[in-house]
Order: sequence, then structure tokens, then C-alpha cells
Amino acid sequence: MELLKVQQMEKYYGNKSSLTKAVDDISFSVDEGEFVAIMGASGSGKTTLLNCISTIDRVTAGHIYLEGQDVTALKGKELNRFRREKLGFIFQDFNLLDTLTGYENISLALSIQKRSVSAMDKRIKEVAEQLGITDVLTKYPYQMSGGQKQRVASARAIITDPRLVLADEPTGALDSKSSKLLLERFNYLNREFGATIMMVTHDSFSASYAGRVIFLKDGRIFSEINRGNDSRKEFFNKIIDVVTLFGADISSVVSGEETHPSQGRMQRGGDVSDAL
Amino acid sequence: MLFKIPLRNIRRSLRDYAIYFFTLIIGVSVFYVFNAVGGQAATVIVDESSRDIVKLLSTVLSGTSVFVAFVLAFLIIYASRFLMKRRNNEFALYMMLGMSKRKISAILLIETMMIGIGSLAVGLPVGIGVSQLMSAVVANLFEADMTNYKFTVSTDAILMTILYFAVMYLAVMIFNSAAVTRMKLIDLIQSGQKSEKVRLRNPVLCVIVFALAAVMLGYAYAKVGWPDDTFTPERLMIYICMGCVSTFLIFWSVSGLILRILMSIKRLYHKGLNTFTFRQVSSRVNTMVFSMTVICLMLFLTICALTSSFSLRNAMNSNAKELCPADVEVTLEYICVGDDVYCNDLDTFFGEAGIDPTKELKESVRYRQYKDESLTMESFFGDRYEEAKSRNNRIFYSRLEDVMAISEYNAVMKLFGRAPLALDNDEYAVVCNFSQMVGLRDEVLADKPDLTVFGRKLRSRYDKCVDGFVSLAVDYENIGIIVVPDSVVAGRATHSDTLVGTHGITDKVERAKLERKIIGEVSDTIDFWTHKIASEREGATVQTYLWTVGKSEILTATVSMSAIITFLGLYIGLVFLIACGALLALKELSGAVDSITRYEMLRKIGAEESDITFSLFKQTGIFFLMPLLLAIVHSFFGMKFATYVLEAFGTSGLWKSIFVTSAVLLLIYGGYFLITLVSSRRIVRDKVY
Repeated sequence: MELLKVQQMEKYYGNKSSLTKAVDDISFSVDEGEFVAIMGASGSGKTTLLNCISTIDRVTAGHIYLEGQDVTALKGKELNRFRREKLGFIFQDFNLLDTLTGYENISLALSIQKRSVSAMDKRIKEVAEQLGITDVLTKYPYQMSGGQKQRVASARAIITDPRLVLADEPTGALDSKSSKLLLERFNYLNREFGATIMMVTHDSFSASYAGRVIFLKDGRIFSEINRGNDSRKEFFNKIIDVVTLFGADISSVVSGEETHPSQGRMQRGGDVSDAL
Repeated sequence: MLFKIPLRNIRRSLRDYAIYFFTLIIGVSVFYVFNAVGGQAATVIVDESSRDIVKLLSTVLSGTSVFVAFVLAFLIIYASRFLMKRRNNEFALYMMLGMSKRKISAILLIETMMIGIGSLAVGLPVGIGVSQLMSAVVANLFEADMTNYKFTVSTDAILMTILYFAVMYLAVMIFNSAAVTRMKLIDLIQSGQKSEKVRLRNPVLCVIVFALAAVMLGYAYAKVGWPDDTFTPERLMIYICMGCVSTFLIFWSVSGLILRILMSIKRLYHKGLNTFTFRQVSSRVNTMVFSMTVICLMLFLTICALTSSFSLRNAMNSNAKELCPADVEVTLEYICVGDDVYCNDLDTFFGEAGIDPTKELKESVRYRQYKDESLTMESFFGDRYEEAKSRNNRIFYSRLEDVMAISEYNAVMKLFGRAPLALDNDEYAVVCNFSQMVGLRDEVLADKPDLTVFGRKLRSRYDKCVDGFVSLAVDYENIGIIVVPDSVVAGRATHSDTLVGTHGITDKVERAKLERKIIGEVSDTIDFWTHKIASEREGATVQTYLWTVGKSEILTATVSMSAIITFLGLYIGLVFLIACGALLALKELSGAVDSITRYEMLRKIGAEESDITFSLFKQTGIFFLMPLLLAIVHSFFGMKFATYVLEAFGTSGLWKSIFVTSAVLLLIYGGYFLITLVSSRRIVRDKVY
């Protein structure tokens, strides 16, 4: 069933003299229970796309439908309500509140929705179990590792049973081991609980966990590949092929290195830190 | 460049710390206004006697200014150091770009200078404006008219304000330079990166400390609120110290406990943004236990100073109307030569000197008082003497009781326009209005005991004291007069002889003149007698006990006292309130700046703007309320003590003063609360930051 539908969406920045088309006439749709990755280099428009879907930013033209509802037509309080009830967010920099424990960070998402307190505890324990963070619930963010923080943030995103989970570079600040662990959890949530996840990344390794990858370049859809029945490694190779084709983001290839030693070590400038 | 950077900095921080500049401006203007009161008063007050009082008032206020200057200096130094800490990133950038510490110091110096000049340039005109209103207040207090009013600017007050504030800003500069010299680049760079560590205090320890503090505070309250005979000023100091220490301990333990308590109430804790709000409050309160204590104690002082000064003023003014129903009183106890009484009645005293004060008076009454050698206060208390002594040991119990005849007492009451007494031939009544004494005597009179006066056994007419007095006063100070039937004192030796009368003149200046004339004449009579005795008996020592009261004179004294008290209370109260408000506001605003990213996160996870505002409201509210609540409890017992001390003045107007105090408190403290709320709201909404 079609959950999200993006229809001829455009987003322009700037003024008449210098116009930047961040997103240029994009159309695609996401079915319920899908795990989609949006890939692209910096400046390809992937974050803009995500911001428009999450209603943080407004589109210049086109429509975005979630469950048949046109989100571009929402205003003010409706927007907040929509974001709160329909969407779950996972950010690159975790966005956990440092004064709250892991448990409270998760429960806050429920109390903001004014959910009943009695059911809260059971639900939090359940989700914590699913994400393997039961033992860090009583800890404060400064006592957690990056991977634990991101899993707590993920728990916060899915605890409200959102229709769509939006993840913006969720592995961006994680080491490769934590990244792997987190992505496996995403897969698990997607497979076992049918969570619909849309993840923005510039990292081929992360993208290879998804069921479908949409490639963006200069604001347009460059290519799209389905995993089908491929294993993750085969899918990863396919992604690498596409990436090589549009010659983007070489660093992202490096993160696949441990699984594919055949790929030559290619490093370039500032991207190295991301890869390692 | 050296001027451009400071100017830009000030303009930028004006947005967030407007409250700091606002406070500086208020500080300057309050300082000017109270130092200019003398000058303002001089324009509306014309009569000589009040002028001296105005001089006294200015002296007292300028003395207080030294103390006020210390409070303001503390506030300014604290605030500027605090604001400097917030700018570590900026200093780090300067140093990275290769700016020398000397130059950074220079920038700070120029900034402070600009702020100083700016605050004086705005504050002084505001002060000059407000002090014109003060003229009206002075005129009201001294019952002067405003016809002589003209716009005045006090150069002395301006110079004084500039001098004091210059010294304060100089101190700020020195502190800042010292801080710059100690700066290390690495600390500056890392200062912003520390993430908050949450430390919860040991709950068991907190409970123990809280219990300890509560017991200590309760003990101090009991001792101060209901003083017993062990009470001495030195002990009062001990109780005050106990109060201060326990205030600190209460804040320390409560800040550790409050979160745990709130957390245990799951329904409340997980409601809306409460989790965030309470965590936020708890982490902030933990770091400012000391400031909270200081603020609480300052608020306590403010409340007490304002309430007592207002109620004292009210009481004094209303007392003067009630307790001074006649204009002139002359009392002669005796003129003694050696041990012999030479003259003790006014007829002889005036007659031989050839004067007659009654000629000048519209109405007058004579009354005499007697003393029975066997009737002391101790014997009045009888069996209850020991008990009374244990309750109040400051009374001179061996004093002989004053006795008066009913007919003369009623004559005085008629003159005063008060209700007369009726006594049967074997009855007595006790007239008293000093409340501590009334309490003690009422317990004795409850049994209606018999009393022997000059050998006659009398029954008590009433089971309590009669409220009244015969001597003109401005306080409730009549400790007791026993009124008896005329036949009891007939033929007895008088102890004192009094003339009391009214002259019926209403004009303020005229009446003062007449009263001075009458009293002057009476006093001159003593010289007549001294000469007369000296010519009769060479080398004899003459002792005279003569007591004169003029209503204008004691009213002026009252008005001046009440004016000085009012101004002092207002001055100290206002400065303390401003200091408290500014301290809390600065803490709260810097907290908001620190938490900007947290509010961003809340928005990202879908919190409503209205919920965030409500959370800010709760946080700011808790912050402002915590010290205020404890201060109000403190004040309750503090005022209990104050009313005990000020009992002679009467405490009937207490509620009115509490009302006025609350209004002042609400206006200034509440004003700071509102400004803080609005500014912090703007800070967390500002995404550009």
C-alpha cells in the first residue's frame, strides 16, 4: 500500500538573480513497510527533500501526500500535530536532552503527545528491548556511547508508532561497528514490526541495509535500485556501481572497505573522518 | 577598531541582557533620588523646625547610601563577571586571531566605560524626573503645601551619584582585567563543549539535612516570635545566624530532594514537558544554592523593612491624632530644697510668679495624682507577681502605682472628648494602654480582686483594664493608673499636679508659636523660683521636676521620625528588591541561553510552542517563587518579633502595611519576573543564535 507519495516536488532557494534549484521536479512513492535509502553527495538535495517531507521546510511547487493527506497544505498547529503524530525523527547528532536520562528522553516523546502515563512504562521497556538499550535507560547521555545514544534516539522516534520514520544521516556520527549495529536494528524493526523507514545517507554501506535506494544528483533522481532477493553484499556492490557511475562521494566507498577489500583505498580530504 | 568592537558587543548583548542595563539605570536613578531628597524637601518645606529634620533626613540617607553602594557594587561586579564568563568563545576567537591580552583588557575597559557613561547618562535624567515626584511625597509626609514647589536639580546628589558609580565601575574594570590576565586559551576553547553532568545528592543525607535545618529554623522562629526572659540582643544575633545557616541548608537539601519527590509522582512528572521542566529546574537550582540563600535573605529583609517602616509610620501618625487630643500639658511634681518639698501645686507655682497660662487657653483642666506608699506594682500583682516577673522582667515592679480621683479623671476625659468612667463609692478601675502591661494586668483583674488604697478596701469595677490615658503622648505608653472614688484621696498629699488644655487655634504656624510661648513662660517660672529660693536660703540645692508638652512639638518629632523611617525603609527595600530581581533574572536568562539547543530539540521532536512557553513559565516561576516563599515564612516570624518590639506604637495598621509591601513587591519583583519570562522566551525562540 502506498504510504508516501512525492509528486513533482520542487524547492528553489535564493532570489531572481541567483536561483538554486535544491530539488528539481522529483516524484516517487514509498509503500508501507518499506525501508528506503536516499543517497547522494553533499548538495544533491537529499536533506532538503527530507526537510520538505518532514514539513520543517516548505516546497516551492508540487505536492507531498502521506496516507493520501496533502502535507503541503497543512498550516500552523496542524503541522505540529502532523509531525508529532505521524512522523518519527532520527538525527545525525542524536538530539538527546543532556539533562534527562535515556528513559526520560524516550518518555518525553510520549508525554508531548499527552499519552497516558500508565501504559508508558511497559511500552518503553518493550521498545528498549527491541533496540537493545535496556541497560542504558537509567544513564544520562554523557554516560552513553555514540551508538547507544543513537539507539535511544531511535527508540524515541519509534515509540509513538509513527507512520513514517525519517532518519537524517543516522550513522554520520558513529564508528563503523556502532553503525552496523544500528542499521541491523533498523532492519529488524522494519522486518519484524513493519516500520516504514526513510533514511538519508551519503554512505553506501548504510544504504545497503535498505530495501530500495534512490540516488539523487543535483536535485534530480539519478537512478533507483531495488534490492529484490540479493544479499546485502550483492546489493552493496550494485550501489557501489551506481555511485561510481555518477562519480560522487568516493569516501562512502571506503566505508565498505571492510566487506570489500577489492575496492581500492581511495581517500580524499575532509571526508576521511566520516569514513573511519 | 578598539572602539568598534566594544560598541558592537554592547549592542549585541543589549538584546539578551537588557535587564542588566535596565537594572543599572534603576540603580543610578534610585541612588540619585534618595540623595536628592534633602534638596527637594528644602523647596516645599518652609518652617524652621521642619528644616532641621530635613537636614537630619539627608544625613541619614547619605549615610545609608554607603551601605547601598556596597550592595549595588556587589551586584554590578557579580553581574559583569558573570556576563564575561558567557563570552569565553568570543575571547578565544580574539586570542586565536592573535590579539594580546592587553588589548582584550582594553576592549573590556572601554566597554565598561561606555556602559558606565551610558547608565549615568540615562539614569540621572530619569532620577531627576522621579525626584520631582518625590517633592510631593515629602510635602505629604511633612504636611507642607506644594505652592512653593519649583523644579530642582541637586548638584550634590549628581556629583555623589557619579562619584559612587565611578568607583563601582572602576572596581569592575579591575576585576575584569584580573580575570583577563588569568585566562588560558585552552580553557576558553573548551568551555563551551562541556556537556551537563547531572549530579543528584544523596537522598538520605538530604532528608537528614532538611530535618536538621527545619528543627533549627523552628527553634529560631520560636525564640524570635515568642521571646521569653532569656532573650537578649546577643542571642538575637545567634538566632539570626541560625536562620541564615538553616536557609542555606534548606535550599541545599530541597534542591536535592525536590526532583526525587516530583519523579515519584509519575502522573505529574510525565505530563507534557514536565519531565524536561523539572530536570531543567533541578539542574539549575543545584548550582545556585548560595545565590538562592542570599536572595531569600535579602527578600526577607526587604519585606520586614518595608512592612515595619510603613506600619510604624501609619501607627505614629494615627497615634498622634488619637493620643494627643489636647494641646498643652504642664505637670509639676515638686520643687525641693534639700529634702524638703518647697512647692508642689501649680496654683502657688504660677500665682507667686504672676503668670496664668489658662488665660491663653480656650479650655483647661487640672488633675492631681497620688501615690500610696504601700501600693506598688508588686502588691497589685499579689500572688501573680512571680508569674508576671517570669513573663516580663523588664518592668520596674517596685514602682508605686499612680492613683487618681474619678471626678478629675472624668474632667480630663471630657476635655479629650473620650467616654467618662462611673465608679461606686467602694470601687476602683485601672486605666492602661501599654499592651504588654494590659496583658499582665488583665490576668490579675480577671478575678476582680480587692485592692487597698490609702487604707480603704475597694472592689474592682471591671474584670479588665480600661483603655485610656491622661498624659499627652504619641505612643501607647500608659502603664497603668488606678482611678478611685474622690473620698479615697481626699486630704492626701498630692504626688503631681497637672494642667492640661486646648487653645483652639488651627493654623499650623500660629499654634506652634502660641505653644512655644506658653511653654517658654512656664519654663521661665523655674528661674523665678530658683532666684526666690536663693535669696531666702543661701547655698541651698534646689531640685525641680517640671514636665511640659506641646502638641506641635511632639507632632513634628513624630512626623520627622516617621518620614526618616519611611525613606529608609523604601530606600533599602527598593535597592534590595532590584538586586534580587536582577540576580535572578540574569541567572535565568543565562540559563535560557545555555539551553537554546535543548529547546531546538524539543521543537524537533514535536513540542508545541505553547507547551514550551508554559515550560519556561513554570521554570521562571519556580525560580522566583522558591526564595520568595521561604522569605515570606521568615518574614511572618520576623514581623511577629517586630510587632513585639514596636508594641508601644500600636500595630493596628499592620494589614495595611502588608498590603502596601505586597504591592511594592509585586510591582518590582513581579516586573522582573515578567521581563525575564519575555526575554527568555525571545532567547529560546531566536534560531539565529
